[in-house]
Amino acid sequence: MQEFKKEVSFVEKNKIAIKKKNMFIVNYIKDVFNGVKSLVVGLRRTMYYFSHHKEIITEQYPDNRDTLVLPDRFKGEVILVHDENNEHACTGCTACELACPNATIKIITKFDISPEGKKKKAIDKFVYHLELCTMCNLCIVACPTDAIKMAQTFEHSVYNRAELTKVLNKQGSKIREGVE
Amino acid sequence: MLSFSNISKSIDTWLNATFNSTWTMLFEMVIAGVGVISLFAILGLVLVLMERRVAAWIQIRLGPNRVGPGGMLQSLADTVKLLVKEGMTPDGADKFLFNLAPFIAIIVAMLLMAPIAFAKNFQLWDMNIGVLYVTAISSIMVISILMAGWASNNKYSLMGAMRSGAQIVSYELSAGLSILAIVVLSGSLNLNDIIQSQADGWWIFKGHIPVIIAFIIFIIAVTAETNRAPFDLAEAESELTAGFHTEYSGMKFALFFLAEYINVFIVCAIGATLFLGGWMPFHIGNWESFNHIMDYIPSSMWFFSKTFFLIFLIMWFRWTFPRLRIDQLLNLEWKYLLPISMFNLLLVTAMAILGWHF
Repeated sequence: MQEFKKEVSFVEKNKIAIKKKNMFIVNYIKDVFNGVKSLVVGLRRTMYYFSHHKEIITEQYPDNRDTLVLPDRFKGEVILVHDENNEHACTGCTACELACPNATIKIITKFDISPEGKKKKAIDKFVYHLELCTMCNLCIVACPTDAIKMAQTFEHSVYNRAELTKVLNKQGSKIREGVE
Repeated sequence: MLSFSNISKSIDTWLNATFNSTWTMLFEMVIAGVGVISLFAILGLVLVLMERRVAAWIQIRLGPNRVGPGGMLQSLADTVKLLVKEGMTPDGADKFLFNLAPFIAIIVAMLLMAPIAFAKNFQLWDMNIGVLYVTAISSIMVISILMAGWASNNKYSLMGAMRSGAQIVSYELSAGLSILAIVVLSGSLNLNDIIQSQADGWWIFKGHIPVIIAFIIFIIAVTAETNRAPFDLAEAESELTAGFHTEYSGMKFALFFLAEYINVFIVCAIGATLFLGGWMPFHIGNWESFNHIMDYIPSSMWFFSKTFFLIFLIMWFRWTFPRLRIDQLLNLEWKYLLPISMFNLLLVTAMAILGWHF
């Protein structure tokens, strides 16, 4: 019985080998055909693009500067949001400074004296080093009062490196009422 | 009627009337040389711009649009830039060979211009072995590339040159075999005779499927022979940093660049001559009136439109297909193109003997 089984398997193997031999030329032609087919698919795609060249996907940047629309998640630089009364929402908690991975933000605090005579912590200067910033968005996530956000400006070139160190809080601005 | 052949004939008669035969010969040579060089310059400008525009449109961009109206002067600006740049020779390079290589490349391209029929009765040299001449001369191209790669004394250059050698030597076979298909059908090596044999229809229409297969193989092989993508292993910007012309700068680089485009033009002109009838207008068998209408379009127009169609085809390939690896490249040639083209040649021969073509 064992012998017989062996015999069968040998015959099977032989059959497969013969089949493979016969299949060789078929596979060869199939190869050529499939290769040509896949190339034609690519050529059709590029021909479509070529013949529809009015649907360009690139931004004609300096020409369309006035009408440029950037995607919402584009991150240009950190700004401190001021409202029309020149008030912001920054409490000076330094959460953003702590969150920043490369010390881009430095918050200098001072103590305001409220009308009741109580001392209250507030920001003196919100220093932002644009040249160090990687636009990682961690400070915006860390801010508990949503005082800072990412602006969409991106034309940051200046002639002097010192100009990239910015003070974000405007002259004479103060914290908005009710923000703790 | 104003045509290339009339102009050349009138110049010839005027020169013969004014000077003796030796001076006429000399002047005609100078005129031909200047003509070829100016054609080179124009082709270089036009083809580079065309390539960039085709690439841009295929990639859904605009392409050059700053210099001149619609960016038309971009390639002119590039040429000026290359002309004023310093042509440096590296310290470790073999100075003589390094400086010689680009000139060999451009001389080969110039020599290849000789047998091409640009219009009816307008040819630099009507020789009876035009096809053989073209295949023989175009293989000298590999020497300039090997020379450049070796003399640069740079591993990337040498690698690119070696790849290019393997590539050109192997793809010449299938290019030659596919050219032979047409030689078998027309029974002549003379390019003019081949064009004349297509007076009642171009070979690509007359020759049924075997000639179409030969045409496809020819296009693939010449794309490889001119070192253009997807067969640009000799350059391979991303792996070999431009391969054999890594060390070249300024005008020497420009000569290589120009030679590449001139070669593309030449192989497309040969392809157009062999398969699409050269300057022969679109004729269908014995439709006399239709053929007569087609004859009104000047022959030079036919030649250049066919050639530029083939050039567009090759550019289309370049911006569609990814680059092959060296083993894939040689596989494609030795395992696919060569057996297919040999079998195809057999088929074409049988067809020619039995008269199965139109």
